[in-house]
Amino acid sequence: MLHFKDLSLGYKIPLRVVALVMVTASVLASVLVYRSVNDLRDNLIANATRMGRVVADTLVEPMLHDDVWRAFEVVNIPFRPSPKPANDQNAEYMVVLDTANLVFVSNQPERFPMMRPPAIADPILAKFFQKPAQPWPNELTVVDTPSSQALFLLIPIESDGVRIGTLVMNYPKPPFAARLRSLARDAVLITLFVLATLLPLGIYWGRRMAAPLLQLSDAMGKVAPHLPDPEDIQLEESKDEIGRLAKSFKRMLTELKEKEQLQQQVITSDRLAALGRLAAGVAHEINNPLGGMLNAISTFKRHGEKDPLTLKTVSILERGLLQIKETVAALLVEAKVQTRPFDPDDVTDICTLLQAEIEQKHIAFTCEVSLIEALPISATLVRQVIINLLLNAIHATQPQGHIYLHICRDSTHLFIEVRNEGSPIPPEKVPYLFEPFTSFSENGNGLGLWVIYQVVQQLGGLITVQSEPTLTQFRVQLPLA
Amino acid sequence: MNHPLSRPYCSPILRDTADAGTNALPYLGKRAQWHAFNQRLLQYLGAWMLLLGWVSWGWAAEPLPPVRIGLTPVFLDDQAAFVSEWRKYLELHLARPVVFIRRGSYREIVDMLREGKLDFAWLCGYPYIRNKPYFRLVATPLYQGEPLYQSYLIVPDNDKQTLSINELRGKIFAFSDPDSNSGHLYPEYILAQKGETATHYFAKTFYTGSHRKVIEAVATGLAQGAAVDGYIWDTLALSHPELTRKTRVIAKSPQFGHPPFVAGQRVSVARLIAMRRALLSMSQDQAGLVMLKGLNLDGFVESEPRLYDGIADMFHFIEKQRNVAL
Repeated sequence: MLHFKDLSLGYKIPLRVVALVMVTASVLASVLVYRSVNDLRDNLIANATRMGRVVADTLVEPMLHDDVWRAFEVVNIPFRPSPKPANDQNAEYMVVLDTANLVFVSNQPERFPMMRPPAIADPILAKFFQKPAQPWPNELTVVDTPSSQALFLLIPIESDGVRIGTLVMNYPKPPFAARLRSLARDAVLITLFVLATLLPLGIYWGRRMAAPLLQLSDAMGKVAPHLPDPEDIQLEESKDEIGRLAKSFKRMLTELKEKEQLQQQVITSDRLAALGRLAAGVAHEINNPLGGMLNAISTFKRHGEKDPLTLKTVSILERGLLQIKETVAALLVEAKVQTRPFDPDDVTDICTLLQAEIEQKHIAFTCEVSLIEALPISATLVRQVIINLLLNAIHATQPQGHIYLHICRDSTHLFIEVRNEGSPIPPEKVPYLFEPFTSFSENGNGLGLWVIYQVVQQLGGLITVQSEPTLTQFRVQLPLA
Repeated sequence: MNHPLSRPYCSPILRDTADAGTNALPYLGKRAQWHAFNQRLLQYLGAWMLLLGWVSWGWAAEPLPPVRIGLTPVFLDDQAAFVSEWRKYLELHLARPVVFIRRGSYREIVDMLREGKLDFAWLCGYPYIRNKPYFRLVATPLYQGEPLYQSYLIVPDNDKQTLSINELRGKIFAFSDPDSNSGHLYPEYILAQKGETATHYFAKTFYTGSHRKVIEAVATGLAQGAAVDGYIWDTLALSHPELTRKTRVIAKSPQFGHPPFVAGQRVSVARLIAMRRALLSMSQDQAGLVMLKGLNLDGFVESEPRLYDGIADMFHFIEKQRNVAL
């Protein structure tokens, strides 16, 4: 069972707008009809009162003179056929009663015979004029009982303050009701017209109002399995609450994304640190017996028998052990080597060293160094970092490519930036980039970036990589003493 | 016989007798003989009077004082356009300005005529006989060839039960004017014969002031019965049949002298004769015939006071009855 509260805002808001418009239109129409009906009734009573008073005043003399004919002519005046179309607000009849509440004259003499109680013609009048003559208040009285089909005006006819009769005017309600019906019909038509105009507008506005919320809701729905890229989320930008909400959501998404990246980095660096410790441990454990074995071989070669086969075998053993030592040495980056400070001349040295390889591949090499003096940082390590980065770049760049080296400093840090053109690093490989034996080429041992990472780590710096389709950039930040 | 209407001088009753035409109304025969001569004579006279009138108007710096004629609802006096045309016609034939004066009741016109505020008046026979010493007959209209008319007793058309005044006891009855013969005196006379008076016989009576309104009162059902001038009812039946159709004539009175034109005491004989000629000449020319057609009359004739004796008898009978009652 579908509940209204479960409906989408895309329907709910337009539906509510529609309901609001309809309620407003209905209430307005009802109020207008009610007002018009009241006005109509007030108008009718005002007109009737005015006419009744004139007729009553005119009747005084004929009644005093018992002049039936003139009285008849007077009460007939309002009922004369007029050239104007009949107004439905006309009295149905007028009856003049004498002091005994018997008919003196009426405009319908056949219906209200003279000198008879008016109730014989209209039983409803019996209520007002019972025998014995009921004293009516000496002022105009409007009698409107809901049960009766007519509205009555009872107007006293007075001469010099003495009551000489009563003028009874009857206004039938059916024309009134017909008028009310036509009013109501007009009101309904106008309301429908207004609704026809406002409803599509209301639905359109409602949908527009719901749209940003729906977008936001959709965007939030996408968060669950994988964080979407904030750039991919389309949200309406405005300064209202929804706009602010969207902005906050985007910010939250960005922060979440950053946090996720940070987490990834922490995981990566933790892994790398563990790897480093493992490598160092393994290297130490290997180095001790390895040193012993190499010493033994050296001693054997110097003092042992010179049997050619033995020597050849020992030599094979020595070369193998040396290879192990090299590899272990490469894994075990020792940053505690105390050397001279890093000097701008070191950069020139590096450039000279790599000149041959650069020229071999016809690579355009740009070097930009904004250093003037020596820096309190190990020249050996920095040189190792720069050389490794540049070697990687030379290998990754296609012939006629471009490599860019930028070294600068501020008061606390040294910045090294190496950019090269060439195919990008596959994104899935980026998290394992600094692990040992991660090689991108056939001729590398996969330890270059591992060494750089270990050096940077040990110097308390940071290294970041950014790989774009045609450009790969490594940035190293090292603290100065 | 004591009955006033059975007396020989009562023309309506005697009308059917052989000598009534010659004795009671000798002028009817003369009219036929003199017809051709009169026509020419009147044309000459008319032309002379016009000329004289024009000349005298030219000589005298100020116009002649107008002839003041009082009108009562003994004819359909509510046709303003017609009345205006008739006034112009009379001005032409009298060579003097004519003013028609109308009032709310017969009595006011009678009083004005007696006081000399009017020169002539077209009255009912009843006020004429009551003021005989002060008024002189000028002419009497000819209706359907005779200077006579009747009173009609009418009831609403939807009342099929009432066949005579007997069924109207205790009903509401309308009169035209207290000084009307056909609209008041005659029904009072009928009741007086029964030893009744209208006040007691009917539940309520009222006056409308004119015959036409009496017919309206009955047509609308305001009155359950009424007495009305038969000439007016017939004339209205021609012009407004939708009104008279709502009423039904249940009884017709004997014939009485038609309401006459009378002159006040201060009017000179010459002016009286001029007025009489003007009226009598109406049937002689085309314009006059148009006027007469409008009035639904055949013409005017010179009449004698005897013509109204029938009305006088009714009046005296009622007076006597009233005195007996007192």
